[in-house]
Amino acid sequence: MFRPILNSSLRIARPTASTVVKARLRAYRYLSQEARSTIQKAIEAKPLVLFMKGTPDAPQCGFSRAVVQVLDLHGVPPEKLQSYNVLEDPELRNGIKEFSEWPTIPQVYVNGEFIGGCDILIGMHQSGELETLLENSNIIPKAAEEPAQTTSS
Amino acid sequence: MPISAVSLENAIKNALPVVHLEIQDESDGCGDKFSVVIVSEIFEGKNTLQRHRLVNELLKDYIARIHAFSQKTLTPQQYREQLAK
Repeated sequence: MFRPILNSSLRIARPTASTVVKARLRAYRYLSQEARSTIQKAIEAKPLVLFMKGTPDAPQCGFSRAVVQVLDLHGVPPEKLQSYNVLEDPELRNGIKEFSEWPTIPQVYVNGEFIGGCDILIGMHQSGELETLLENSNIIPKAAEEPAQTTSS
Repeated sequence: MPISAVSLENAIKNALPVVHLEIQDESDGCGDKFSVVIVSEIFEGKNTLQRHRLVNELLKDYIARIHAFSQKTLTPQQYREQLAK
């Protein structure tokens, strides 16, 4: 994974892969084993896990709101989604950033795997990757199996 | 010290080779909210998550001080395709 970075680093003599690795190791050490296993359980709670500011009904930040709206748009059923409000839990708020090695909230996990934050989710939504991912992860039914009738009375 | 668009621009240009860079200060000057488009060959062969992770890592000290940082990462090829649209 680091080879492309190395190649370009050699040419431009910029921060190298080794500084990236060192920073990762440092971040890894900050988080206690206990905090790590708590978060591990949290990300496996449901097929889709969202760490956000506020709640899906009342997001406290535009980026969190955007992710909720995108998931809503794809019809992610509530029983497949677990959201955690990091504003209610400062330990989680900091812990999840180190755990995911990702500096911002919101964060989305699918089947225990980190997918990304708001920019990535929106990008995946626009490219169609998100729908494919949600379908393949059995979070939403495949398009062909969806009932044609979607209007509500 | 608030982060200015200029200091962020310099930081990005120092951290990676950029073909094209757009920085938008969306904070009304308080330096809290930035949106950037980075076009660089360094993104070649990496998926979006890997690209964002790379930028996050290279700009770690800056991003920690910015409340909201939004990024778009394109390869020169993708950028040309986008311009052509």
